[in-house]
Amino acid sequence: MVLFTVIPVILLLVFSYYPLVKMIQYSLTDWDGFSPSSNFVGLKNYKTVFTNPTYFSVFRTSLYYFIATFFQLGFALLFATLLSFKVKFANFWKGVLFFPYLLNGVAIGFIFLYFYKQQGTLDTVMNFFGLHNQIKLWLGDRSINNISLAFTSVWRYTGFNFLIFLGAIQSINPEVYEAAEMDGANRWNQFKYIIIPGIKEILFLNIILGVSGSLSVFDIPYIMTSGSNGTNTFVIQTIDTAFKYNKLGLASAMAIILLLIVIVVTVIQRVATRERSAN
Amino acid sequence: MKKFTVSAFFKYLILVIGAVIAILPILVVFIGSFKSNNEFLTSGVLSLPKHLDFSNYKTAFVNGQMLVGFKNTAIIFVISMAGKLLLGSAFAYAINRFDFKLKKPIMSLFMVAMLIPAITSQVATFQLINSMGLFNKIWSVIILNLGTDVVSIYIFMQYLNEIPVSLDESAFLDGANYFQIFGKIILPNLKAPMVTILIISGVQIYNDFYNPFLYMPDPSLKVISTALFAFKGPYGTNWPVILAGVVIVILPILIVFLALQKYIYNGVVGSVK
Repeated sequence: MVLFTVIPVILLLVFSYYPLVKMIQYSLTDWDGFSPSSNFVGLKNYKTVFTNPTYFSVFRTSLYYFIATFFQLGFALLFATLLSFKVKFANFWKGVLFFPYLLNGVAIGFIFLYFYKQQGTLDTVMNFFGLHNQIKLWLGDRSINNISLAFTSVWRYTGFNFLIFLGAIQSINPEVYEAAEMDGANRWNQFKYIIIPGIKEILFLNIILGVSGSLSVFDIPYIMTSGSNGTNTFVIQTIDTAFKYNKLGLASAMAIILLLIVIVVTVIQRVATRERSAN
Repeated sequence: MKKFTVSAFFKYLILVIGAVIAILPILVVFIGSFKSNNEFLTSGVLSLPKHLDFSNYKTAFVNGQMLVGFKNTAIIFVISMAGKLLLGSAFAYAINRFDFKLKKPIMSLFMVAMLIPAITSQVATFQLINSMGLFNKIWSVIILNLGTDVVSIYIFMQYLNEIPVSLDESAFLDGANYFQIFGKIILPNLKAPMVTILIISGVQIYNDFYNPFLYMPDPSLKVISTALFAFKGPYGTNWPVILAGVVIVILPILIVFLALQKYIYNGVVGSVK
């Protein structure tokens, strides 16, 4: 029977654990990725990441995506709540809101390049509402470009959170609402005292996923702006350091740092969830 | 009664705004893709094309080598899915039905692996793929699809609990060996998780950009994502062709979504439980 498990275990060891061990090893050297030799440099790479602003400043970009996560969860919760009550064309709204999540990342990149371009969709809509003096270079202007990109990410992922929340809300026993309505609870009270407590766990889990998600943003900014003009994210920086600038040792250190952050956040979530369910 | 109509009005207003924000960016892409270059430059993004011009689609499909992209995506899809379904179900069967020494450590290995974000280890994975001689080979992406898949194994494990062990036992008493039990009893009962995995992993493979981009830069190995990404250079300013390319990539997903809506919802929700 062990036979049935051999191939998956080998694949897992080779493609998940072996790279991890190698990466820790590379992160302590100055290897460029192709030379036959490299020097052991200790923790120098880690020090560089935390002291050199070129590498450290990219964490600032993650903040935009992290804040955007809360908007995303808020919108998702709003729509999930609306659709958990009786609504006409429920399937239509559900489908429309969810569909962007299924789209190809490259396609989304182009869709929003077109959306934000000069004389593009957003400019046209703003002109229509008489807001032409508010029009900016949405992807070029440093004061707004990360917000534009973070919005793209919200557009893409809200549908996913929405569907998860909707599922969680619908799994609440309908009798609870009926009882509440008989006691005279209005919609807001139902939301506050039934829906929120009922989906607390899944809400919390999604916030935690948002932390790791905002640190590992890659394809949207890479496709749309190639990380230029202050839109560089930690993962783009890591990939560029490794494959464009051939500093594989340094890039490995960056990847390990990201991994450690994700593990710490996940462990906090697991422990917190366990304590809550223990209470 | 008046209060009810006001709240209903706001409810539908919010839904309409949400739907417009979700649809509008995609809708303008459809509109623009049918315009000739001339019309595109002289008309607004929201004005409908005067007549449907399919030449952009032809340019995108033929010059953009999207056929190659669809072919390679299809190859990767079929082999990866067959591998995932077979390996995942066999693995889950062994873990769920039998006790052996290494069971616990093996399970922990898979649990911990879930925490590693795939994109962070690319730095070292690249060296590994390269040293295996798989760089610029279609197998690089296929083997990475198989090697880093933990979710489908979990989905199978959940469902295996629901297949009664008595079914296995009676087959065993009838003289069936483990392979026969797996093939005749377990597999036919795993259709539901297979549909879930086909959808979840299928969408993932169809949309995968990063692995093909990094491991298969050879133009003959373009997949659908990298073929579209390549539009960025040569068609940099030719928006109608780019938009047609985007529509070509979106259309299959739209059709699958409309046809399998219910299964997709269940699959997505099921995969995070």
